[in-house]
Amino acid sequence: MLSFALTVLLDGISYGMILFLISVGLTVTMGLMRVVNLAHGAFAMIGGYVAGYLTQQGGNFYLAVIGGAAAAAMLGAIAEMTIYRPLYRRGELSQVLLTVGIVFVATGAVTGIFGAFPYPVVFPAYLTRPIDIGFREYPAYRLFLIAVGATIAAVLWLVLDGSTYGARLRAAVDNPAMARAVGIDVNLLFTGTFIIGCALAGLGGAIGAGILSLEPAYALKYIVLFLVVVIVGGEGSFGGSFVAAMALGIIDTLGKYFVPEAAAYLLYAAVFVLLLWRPRGLLPPKSAA
Amino acid sequence: MTLSTPTLSVRCLSKSFGALVAAQGIDLDLMPGARVALIGPNGAGKTTFVNLLTGFLTPDSGTIALAGENVTVLRPEERVKRGLVRTHQISTLLVDNTARDNVAIAIAEREGFAWRLLRFGKEWRRCCDEAQQKLDEIEIGGVAERCVSQLPYGEQRLLEIAIALALWPRVLLLDEPAAGVPSYETDVIHHALGRLSADIAILIIEHDMDVVFRFAHEIVVLVQGRVLMRGMPETVSADPRVRAVYLGKTAR
Amino acid sequence: MIRGRPVLTAFGHALPWAIAIVYFYVAPYALSFGTQVMIWILFAMSLDLALGYAGILTLGHAGFFGLGAYAAGLFTIHVSPDPILGHLAAVALAALFGAITGAMILHTSGVTFLMLTLAIVSMLSEYANQARGLTGGDDGLQGIRLDPIFGVFEFNIFGKTAYVYAAVVLFGWFLFAWRIVHSTFGRSVDGIRQNPRRMRAIGTPVWWRLLAIYTISAAMAGSAGALSAHSTRFVGLSVLGLLTSGIVTVALILGGTRRLYGAFVGATTYFVVQDWSAKISPFFWEFVVGGMLIVTVLLLDGGLLDLGPAAVRLRDRWRAGREGK
Repeated sequence: MLSFALTVLLDGISYGMILFLISVGLTVTMGLMRVVNLAHGAFAMIGGYVAGYLTQQGGNFYLAVIGGAAAAAMLGAIAEMTIYRPLYRRGELSQVLLTVGIVFVATGAVTGIFGAFPYPVVFPAYLTRPIDIGFREYPAYRLFLIAVGATIAAVLWLVLDGSTYGARLRAAVDNPAMARAVGIDVNLLFTGTFIIGCALAGLGGAIGAGILSLEPAYALKYIVLFLVVVIVGGEGSFGGSFVAAMALGIIDTLGKYFVPEAAAYLLYAAVFVLLLWRPRGLLPPKSAA
Repeated sequence: MTLSTPTLSVRCLSKSFGALVAAQGIDLDLMPGARVALIGPNGAGKTTFVNLLTGFLTPDSGTIALAGENVTVLRPEERVKRGLVRTHQISTLLVDNTARDNVAIAIAEREGFAWRLLRFGKEWRRCCDEAQQKLDEIEIGGVAERCVSQLPYGEQRLLEIAIALALWPRVLLLDEPAAGVPSYETDVIHHALGRLSADIAILIIEHDMDVVFRFAHEIVVLVQGRVLMRGMPETVSADPRVRAVYLGKTAR
Repeated sequence: MIRGRPVLTAFGHALPWAIAIVYFYVAPYALSFGTQVMIWILFAMSLDLALGYAGILTLGHAGFFGLGAYAAGLFTIHVSPDPILGHLAAVALAALFGAITGAMILHTSGVTFLMLTLAIVSMLSEYANQARGLTGGDDGLQGIRLDPIFGVFEFNIFGKTAYVYAAVVLFGWFLFAWRIVHSTFGRSVDGIRQNPRRMRAIGTPVWWRLLAIYTISAAMAGSAGALSAHSTRFVGLSVLGLLTSGIVTVALILGGTRRLYGAFVGATTYFVVQDWSAKISPFFWEFVVGGMLIVTVLLLDGGLLDLGPAAVRLRDRWRAGREGK
């Protein structure tokens, strides 16, 4: 019984870690610059595909993952400077439409370059084996995800809480106008953070390929999940997106185990009810913009 | 409703935002034909008071009555239907439409046509005709067909007033009607204000003392959410407390 | 519409229907393509009412389309094979669903509202996927056999009945939409899009107006879904998918919002481009359509229908420049 509960917990947390890694960049984009970025999943997808390609060519797994993250970051930088900049001043409608267009382009590009079938990332052998964790054997892969996710989350938390960059970022999320007035270059801050967010998404897409499998429909399929994490957690809230990601991961896993047929739509029903009850998310940041 | 029933009656209106007390026990009566100016330093709570009156904020306590009818729990649109109309300090006109359309839409709303899906011809023309009339009364009839985005700012403010008048107000709240208007255009606005119908009760929120002295028969001074005093313009401007609060704004 | 040129305007109004009639005679073996385009014109027009005129930012319209499609299909199988009855039932169900969900979510706005619409359409999609017994799941709803319309017009592989049926339904809804949009109701809804606060300040019950237009839009989308089920005699899971919502949004924006005819131009363009580029390679259409959408949003704010007025504006500005203002 306990073994079962722990398995479910670990499954849920490892899934949640991937969701967090990918979504954390999105929560900053939406909370800081108030841009609805429906194309965020595309960066995760690109990171995954690049890592997949590199590993399939026989490259080192860790380098491939970094390569994926770097590719996502580079494309993010280019996209931010060319396509996203004009969006800051335009309304939500334009942002939604434009980012939907980006999703289409990314989906088409990926199909063209890599083909329409699911695309694997080749994980090192020791990650695909189960490990004995005392009372049972458990996939090393999932433990790896938890380890990486927790480490990055901890680093982000330290940076956010303890560094000047973090302080400036928090100030800018709380009140961009005030931050500018105090001399913080919000635009530069944002561009840098956007790129980091894309890199993290690419990383998540790469290492998470065992759970969220890579295929051309990835960007469109999973964006709803990422949006759920961001909006349920509260736009711009790191803590909120972490909690929401964990909750989503665990609830989804529980659902799959206990009510496999109803799990999927019950999850969305829960999101629906939650948003009606708390429109600004579970842990929104202090500001009311 | 007897002759002595105030058109607008506010009793003990209070509102706090956490530790910030925005309104404290405000009492106010407006008789038909009143010309009252509401003044006070920034942060005195004038905007909060207007939002409480129009229904965009719910008071913590107190009542608001229109011609004897308690409207404290009514939604903004319901208060408008009962004659409580407001103009906005920051223009909220429909910029994609013409001046006349803006007024006509308001008339359609007043007449209850606006929910009609299928009929458009006759009723809409009637609204447009009356809209033209209202624009003529405010003396901007010539720009009826121009898009709001192309109107000079002074005419936009006049249009706001025209729209408000088209709703047949019993109480008219004018929120800084001349704010942001270049000085060569303010005369037109003052002129229009002077010609407003004598049975409307008007509360004008203003910083510009010229407008206040030209227009108001009485002044209410609001400081930190409380009514400091109410009286005739000469009395109020001579009062030492008011002068202390303003410190040089009314340099007379 | 086109100022000072009543003949040109009348010609413009007649043009889409003339094209539809000509197509019927000129392309008797490609009628199903034309039917599909007309169905999506109707679908895009429904979105124009909600998104274009009322400013309701939704990505969940596929929910009404899919609901209409499944309702029409299931009605045929379980209740009666009469297409008119089935169509009406689908429209009624879609309208009801629109009214109920609209009542629950229309008090919110922006990203929260968008997310709620996404949640709804995802819920429907997942439910349809899971309820195999009802919907056929992945395989889709099959075995839809329709009676002839009015007992006379048979549905067959040539698709003539389906084509005319879709055209008539589209025409009917178009007339209705045109009247709504030009009515006082339509103007007030347009005002709500521009400035909800202003509309409240003149006494408009904003929430009720939005609910009304949302419900009408849902009914129209449901009708398009019913047409889809009837014309192909098949309903697949994709009708409820996020991709479907995305495609209809693209189609509308490409053509231009708030003109009703934008739906005509956009949906036609989308399917022509998709058909053509699919022949080149299977992925190319996504790329092309995505690119067109990006360009439209960044440069052509009013969609393709704005090309004309935009060109006129450019020409006027150029002339003014030449004359030294």
